[in-house]
Amino acid sequence: MIRYFREIFEGLWSLLVGLKVTGRFALAPTVTTHYPFDELEVTPNYRGHIDLVVNPKTGKDKCIVCMMCQRACPSGCITVKGQKPEGAKKRVLTEYRLDFTKCSLCGNCVEACPTSAIEFSHEYNIAGTSRHDFHYDLVERFRDRCRTLGVEPKIADLTPVATKPKPEREKTESQGDRKPDG
Amino acid sequence: MTDVFPPDLIRLIVSFVIVVAFAFTNAAVLVLVERKICGHIQRRPGPFEVGPHGLLQTAVDGVKLMAKQMLVPRNADAGLFRAAPILSFVPPIAALIVVPFARMLQVRDLDIGVLFILSLAAVNVLAILVAGWSSANKYSLFGAIRAVAQNVAYEIPLLLSLLTIVIWVGSFRMSDIVAAQGGFWFAFTPMGFVAFLVYFICGIAETNRAPFDLPEAESELTAGFHTEYAGMGFGLFFLGEYTNMLLVSAIATTLFLGGWNGPAFLTTAGTGFWATVIQTLWFLAKVYGLIVVMIWVRWTYPRVRFDQLLNFCWKILIPISMANLAVTAVWLKL
Repeated sequence: MIRYFREIFEGLWSLLVGLKVTGRFALAPTVTTHYPFDELEVTPNYRGHIDLVVNPKTGKDKCIVCMMCQRACPSGCITVKGQKPEGAKKRVLTEYRLDFTKCSLCGNCVEACPTSAIEFSHEYNIAGTSRHDFHYDLVERFRDRCRTLGVEPKIADLTPVATKPKPEREKTESQGDRKPDG
Repeated sequence: MTDVFPPDLIRLIVSFVIVVAFAFTNAAVLVLVERKICGHIQRRPGPFEVGPHGLLQTAVDGVKLMAKQMLVPRNADAGLFRAAPILSFVPPIAALIVVPFARMLQVRDLDIGVLFILSLAAVNVLAILVAGWSSANKYSLFGAIRAVAQNVAYEIPLLLSLLTIVIWVGSFRMSDIVAAQGGFWFAFTPMGFVAFLVYFICGIAETNRAPFDLPEAESELTAGFHTEYAGMGFGLFFLGEYTNMLLVSAIATTLFLGGWNGPAFLTTAGTGFWATVIQTLWFLAKVYGLIVVMIWVRWTYPRVRFDQLLNFCWKILIPISMANLAVTAVWLKL
């Protein structure tokens, strides 16, 4: 008989303890993010698609157009083009295209890069209505990111060189034998 | 004019329209309140996008439910299938007629008020049984079987706990019961408190809410007895459930928590306009307080197993409410 009542009281008490727990949580602030309106900062080792590294002070890229990334890519989704301006010793980047539809995010390109010129972006809100939306012009993205950082982008601004006469002497390193865009 | 429309008929129609409107508003508000409380218990904001802080979510949901087609399964008993939602929705609304919202705010003060409510509340079981049986679906039928076993069991302690108050007051009339609680509320007496506790537990079981939501256990029976219902058929079951919650809390308030009486000095027994407003506010505050507790309970406890459900009723609730009734009877005779 005593056990019967003790069980009832202990049961009732445990129920009240449960109510206290949920009651406390109900009054505590919420911990969720209102997703489309605010977004979480992803972890630094998140692997989005690749991006060219921006020097935030000078607005320059680090690419030396060595083609290592294009060669390292197992899916053939990177197309790099560069040219040697007259009088210069190094080639400079003119075009960097990524076909993200084929990319498997293996990271071989980032590892292969001798100058650490490419990095993984933290883009995870990627959506498109056509597969062509996923063919990225990373040079264009580079310029946009420079502008958000507030520096003048100094990349692939070789238009005067390219429009010079004598096009046969122009050294355009077009080793990418694939069509650059879809 | 008065020959064609007797004033009593007009009064009845007007008050019934008001009661139905109140039931619909109540359901719309409670759906939102339930989702908000549930969200905050789980530390998320609940509906947030439609209107400021998601206040218009229920309106949008209602439009969706009304716009949907009500499908009838091929093997279903079409007549019963269509009748069941109405059967679950009308009785709780009709029962609201005898609820005293204030001294002067009661549609009909029947001398069998408590009995009237209980007999109408019992129709809810029939509605669930009809819905489950006519759906021609094993999950629906299982839900219906569970509902019947559960509600038949839990109606006994529910009646016994209400009977404690009825023999105390000596009347089934709602206004008498409220008037008897002018000085003290029954929930604050030892016997009244036990009866209140038993009643509240049984009330949660009668409305088929967690932790006693076996008839519609999502994880086991998809949606239980309303699995096959779409659109407003489901909507009416939903309305019925929330109106039932309102009814259960209104009875608890009337019989145990002093009805429209406020605590101590903040009360008024007047019949004027402002007195009626104050009394209604007290009544609604108590009713919605109880409903919030019911929602809080739902999002705290896991669902009980079926044997636990029946054991709890037959081994604990019924003996305790019987003993409580006997003690009250002896104490009243002394």
